[in-house]
Amino acid sequence: MKRRRIADRGVRVLFSVNAVLAAAVLLGILIFLLAYGIRAFIPAGAVDPEDPSTQPLTLGGFLFGASWNPDAYGQPEYGIVPLLLGSLITTVLALLIAIPMGIAGAVFIAERLRGGVRVAVKMAVELFAGFPSVVIGFFGLLVLGPALARVFNVPSGLNVLNASVLLALMSLPTIISVSDDALRVVPHSYREAAYALGASPWTTAIRVILPAARSGILAAVMLGFGRAVGETMAVLMVAGNAPIIPRSLFDPVRTITTTIAIELGESAFNSIHFFALFALGFILFLIALFTNLIAEALIRREKRSFTL
Amino acid sequence: MNSLPADRRRRKYFLSNVYFLFLAVPVIIFLVFVAYMVFYLFRNGINVISWEFITRPPERGMTAGGILPCIVGTLYVTLVSLIFSIPIGVFAAIYLAEYAPNNLLTRMIRSAVRSLAGIPSIVYGLFGVALFVRGVHLGLSVLASGLTLGLMNLPWIIATAEEALSSIPGSFREGALAVGATKWEAIRHNVLPFAFPGILTGILLALARTMGETAPILFTGVTYFTRELPRSPLQKFMALPYHLFALATQHDQLMKARPIAFGTAAVLLILVLMFDGVAFLLRMRIATANKWQV
Amino acid sequence: MEKGRIEIQQLNLWFGTNHVLRDISLSIPARSVTAIMGPSGCGKSTLLRCINRMNDLISDTRITGRILIDGRDIFSPETDVIELRKRVGMVFQKPNPFPKSIFENIAFGIRIHRLAHGRELKERVERALRQANLWEEVKDRLHDNAFSLSGGQQQRLCLARCLAVEPEIILLDEPASALDPHSTARLEELIIQLKNEYTIVIVTHNMQQAARVSDYCAFVMLGELVEFNRTEKVFTNPNDRRTEDFLGGKFG
Repeated sequence: MKRRRIADRGVRVLFSVNAVLAAAVLLGILIFLLAYGIRAFIPAGAVDPEDPSTQPLTLGGFLFGASWNPDAYGQPEYGIVPLLLGSLITTVLALLIAIPMGIAGAVFIAERLRGGVRVAVKMAVELFAGFPSVVIGFFGLLVLGPALARVFNVPSGLNVLNASVLLALMSLPTIISVSDDALRVVPHSYREAAYALGASPWTTAIRVILPAARSGILAAVMLGFGRAVGETMAVLMVAGNAPIIPRSLFDPVRTITTTIAIELGESAFNSIHFFALFALGFILFLIALFTNLIAEALIRREKRSFTL
Repeated sequence: MNSLPADRRRRKYFLSNVYFLFLAVPVIIFLVFVAYMVFYLFRNGINVISWEFITRPPERGMTAGGILPCIVGTLYVTLVSLIFSIPIGVFAAIYLAEYAPNNLLTRMIRSAVRSLAGIPSIVYGLFGVALFVRGVHLGLSVLASGLTLGLMNLPWIIATAEEALSSIPGSFREGALAVGATKWEAIRHNVLPFAFPGILTGILLALARTMGETAPILFTGVTYFTRELPRSPLQKFMALPYHLFALATQHDQLMKARPIAFGTAAVLLILVLMFDGVAFLLRMRIATANKWQV
Repeated sequence: MEKGRIEIQQLNLWFGTNHVLRDISLSIPARSVTAIMGPSGCGKSTLLRCINRMNDLISDTRITGRILIDGRDIFSPETDVIELRKRVGMVFQKPNPFPKSIFENIAFGIRIHRLAHGRELKERVERALRQANLWEEVKDRLHDNAFSLSGGQQQRLCLARCLAVEPEIILLDEPASALDPHSTARLEELIIQLKNEYTIVIVTHNMQQAARVSDYCAFVMLGELVEFNRTEKVFTNPNDRRTEDFLGGKFG
């Protein structure tokens, strides 16, 4: 009897410790990125006034600087504006493609597909969500790039447009799955009420079901944004990666994620450059975190709106 | 009851179906795109795959030979990540599904775990550098990369395991408690065995996705070339996704390395699809086999 | 003192701010069947679930008052809930067998309490199934999944599962509500058989059932105990107007 009680208490402690541990990872990431990132501004080591590469950054210069050029001889520059714009431009363009496609697709899947076909389509969507991003990037590099170059008659297909199309494709599974879930939790009584008024299935779907699921669909868009803004490898392979502010769809572009991927390996450990990349990671972390928290709040709101 | 004339009513429903057809277009575009991608990679990669290709190390500056070290490295690092994340993930899921009271702390834990799932993989890579490579001095190694990947797939495992546990009817627990089982005995005998296939499905999906990840291992241990297979978890390793990336973009003779790149992409995709496939089969079996889900 | 006597004293229960049971005092005699009747939502199931502390599972529950079983307060800190639930068995509204074999369903409780193993375990399983009038129907398929049984058989299986750990008290929470009339009749027969050895408390909203099986009858309304007496008395000459209305079908 006693042994059973001890076992019961013991496992309870074991499980709760692991749950707290898992949650603490988020805090750990926050703390480490902050601790490393901050050393780009307040260096721990000696500052050599003769050597510009050891000069600490100013927060203003980092956040508002219009040029990112860590390798410049004499005066390295660490302004995140071009990178932030690069991330935002590719992501927003991707969403311009993925949102209409994703919502339309989700409505079609939720309203029109049943049984085996539905399972198969959802499976394909989920399968693609798990495709390695290097594989998708490889395809973008070899197929999409040359195709874009030919169609638009530009010298290189490795540009904003290519990155955005791939990101659109990669965020589609998220948008479709989450929207589909949102559409499917709309109570059946809404549909019955619309049918009883003589509404056609189309009118019901577009005027009744879709508006009722709007919080969940907005959450889907947020999560799609998070997926696209955080993607690294596929963008790295197809975006051209010049750290300039792109002026057209056919210019190369550098995002926050790709900058970290390209430069972390070549920056000297404990250099300002090294820590600046962590500061960049911290900004990315915050963007992803807020995107997620908003999405979560939206999903909660949708669920609540259907429970009396 | 319906005041519309019959022909107008028919017209209305006909139009309704036509409109829905337009919505099918994006789904079809998406499916065609994905199908073409798979077709393209397999068409170019399948001829490269041979017994030698998967059992030999790279030769002649990676323009010939095989990719054995990459396959081994990827499987190794994925295994390390799961050894780390399965116990923590499943235990945390049991807590959240079975024990957690409905209070602020629980909500914070849930929210944190969900947020973790949305943190970009490159951020995990940075964290891995700071904590594992530098912080606890694991250096660039299988272990550092494995742990980084483990942190990344932890929230995926928790989410699917919690879902699997929550799908077990409460009456199984009540029935056990009513004859005097402790909470743990009720969970151990009447919840876990039935949630197990669902938990396993989640683990397989996590495994498949972990194998394809590049950003978290980029600075924590993967290397362009190493002659030997990793013998100790403290060695650097080669991995399929990084190998593909390197051959596709970094190699000095891109065209010569291209067939190997296609082969690598095909092997990686086959591995990922294989584990995903098993997971899907398992999920379908659960859906049809569970007698209590009427 | 006779074993199996339940003494409920000034019991109050809240779910959050919802006052579900109000000042209930009731003395349930051993080796008899006591029915708790009342309209749905009156708190009768909640009252029943206090007796083996199943309400502990619901968060945000507050209880005042005492329930004494054989003179010992079940809410006192010394009480071992596990031991309590072993002594006070329960059968639920919907049959809830475990999705395991018939044998394993019965053996579960015996095993976790380490009451028997090997040959003796088999004998105990057989005894429990016999007590529940189920042995003859299942003896050739003990290793079939319990879900292959009919609803009525499943409910008797749940009763056997509870009998296998040799409780003193059996709580039945509307055990026949999901059963057809034939299965219900068999279950009622069984309840009457068992009362010689056990204290049985049955919750039901079906007054004919209460009249058929019970010796004592409690009528609960809106969380209050309206009337408690011998069953014949309650049905033929109730003290309270509300009981009369309920029996007359004024509310259901």
